[in-house]
Amino acid sequence: MNIAQYQDPRVIQRIVNTARTVAVVGLSSNPLRPSHFVGFYLLRHGYRVVPVNPREREVLGQRSVERLDQIDGPVDVVDVFREPSVVPQLAEDAIAIGAKALWLQFGVISEVAAERAAAAGLDVVMDRCIKIEHARYVGRMHWLGFNTGVVSARRNVPR
Amino acid sequence: MAEPTDRAFGFHTRAIHAGARPEPVTGARAIPIFQTTSYVFEDSEAAAAYFNLQEYGNTYSRIMNPTVAAFEERIANLEGGVGAVGFASGLAAQTAAMFTLLEPGDHVVASSALYGGTVTQLKHLLRKLSVELTFVDPDKLAAWRDALRPSTKLLFGETIGNPAGNVLDIEAIAAIAHHHGAPLMVDNTFATPYLCRPFEWGADIVVHSATKFIGGHGTSIGGVVVDKGTFDWSNGRYPIVADASPAYHGLKFHENFGIYGYLMKLRAETLRDLGAAMAPLNAFLFMQGLETLPLRMQAHVANANAVARFLAKDARVERVRYAGLDDSPYRALRDKYLPRGAGSVFSFDVAGGRDAGIAFIAALSLISHLANVGDAKSLVIHPASTTHRQLSDAELAAAGIGPGTIRLSIGIEDADDLIWDLQRGLDAIGRRR
Repeated sequence: MNIAQYQDPRVIQRIVNTARTVAVVGLSSNPLRPSHFVGFYLLRHGYRVVPVNPREREVLGQRSVERLDQIDGPVDVVDVFREPSVVPQLAEDAIAIGAKALWLQFGVISEVAAERAAAAGLDVVMDRCIKIEHARYVGRMHWLGFNTGVVSARRNVPR
Repeated sequence: MAEPTDRAFGFHTRAIHAGARPEPVTGARAIPIFQTTSYVFEDSEAAAAYFNLQEYGNTYSRIMNPTVAAFEERIANLEGGVGAVGFASGLAAQTAAMFTLLEPGDHVVASSALYGGTVTQLKHLLRKLSVELTFVDPDKLAAWRDALRPSTKLLFGETIGNPAGNVLDIEAIAAIAHHHGAPLMVDNTFATPYLCRPFEWGADIVVHSATKFIGGHGTSIGGVVVDKGTFDWSNGRYPIVADASPAYHGLKFHENFGIYGYLMKLRAETLRDLGAAMAPLNAFLFMQGLETLPLRMQAHVANANAVARFLAKDARVERVRYAGLDDSPYRALRDKYLPRGAGSVFSFDVAGGRDAGIAFIAALSLISHLANVGDAKSLVIHPASTTHRQLSDAELAAAGIGPGTIRLSIGIEDADDLIWDLQRGLDAIGRRR
């Protein structure tokens, strides 16, 4: 698998710039877990965050659901913090609810899920962190000396 | 209109633009010098988020500063790393880079052909921290392999050794390191990313003394650590990076920040605690230096080649150790790792030993006698009596330094003028004898 095809900067920017609702599958209420960092960050930056985790009732003040099909309203991004073995089924669920993008976090590698979602017309991002990518293109990642890869002579106010 | 993002910009373009978009509020095109200790929080929720590392935010200039960050991003971009952390000096950067991944009882294998300050740092500071050390002849791959122990956590060398001009076989040594589950850290000060990018050959961490060619004008002291972001700190050998950190309320840096984990820990813990932060004005000057780095390095290399060839032809010179010369033992490694040139810091030995060396330096009037390298101005020093004087004779020999060894850092003046000055130095030896 050429993983770079699922890390296209144009796709990533389209997602972070247009999404409104992000379903975070595996969002934990433990503040030290990566999923919690990401959920906190997305809420802070104005996204609607829906925890999808049968082991949680409420995370970051948001009511948790057990499955993607229990979410009210449209879902733009299904953001996954789960072991790769369950990801193909999550891709099917994401397609079924009409999600626009399937985003697989660091280490969540599933070629089957990515191919299936892409074939159904979803944008797919793999082995990338949605928080970091938002911070790279929209936010303030450059304030901590990270290489955003951005070269531009335009003014841009970070959020 | 959306910005195009699929362009792979060239090195010269990135040396000028990376890390420094126009300042968003005022539109200032040059990066402002943010001469401030601290930053007003929007509200207490934002403050908490910054300190918890839940949001990228400025808190205190010992830990981050927008001018320093612009420099960090630029050098990270040029080296091909995921990010960088700036420090008050090259040695501070090196100390912090090691502090972040080593624990008492660990072992380091390092090249013996290093800057004298680094040798002293490794030998004495690491020992105080109960870290063990083995120096190896950097040219002998078997020596690197033989020195490895179960506790070896780091391999370290310089792209171009100081002052003997050894060229490090980065790809081979990185393979040895990775086979052992350890990272290779390379000091790329003498090559700069214009001449060599160690990450492309497998190195994991690059450190620089920004004081040298990056600043390029001998004005400012600084250093920087760049991370490639691909080393697996969760391989079971680096609990200090991978496990819950007691110094940051139980945070697991590698799990949480992935490819940015080492740098986050380096900044949020090591820089915070060691406190050797880069000054914003210095970062500004380093960024200006980087804008002309490609042009200056071309000029440095051209002059160094001319000077080395001149010296090699003179009977009063016993040997010239410049990897740019065709008879250099490092020619093959140079062609592989330094195709644009072997830099402009090298050494040569005058016949007549220590006294001849001193007479040579005393006769120079254009080349400055001082303890620095990588300036636009040409510089000269006698290592045995200055930069490397804390070393024993055996250590001097291991670093390739003899009593008559003279180190040059060739600047970007007219080559003819430099040769004129060196000729006068050599003639002074002739008169003495």
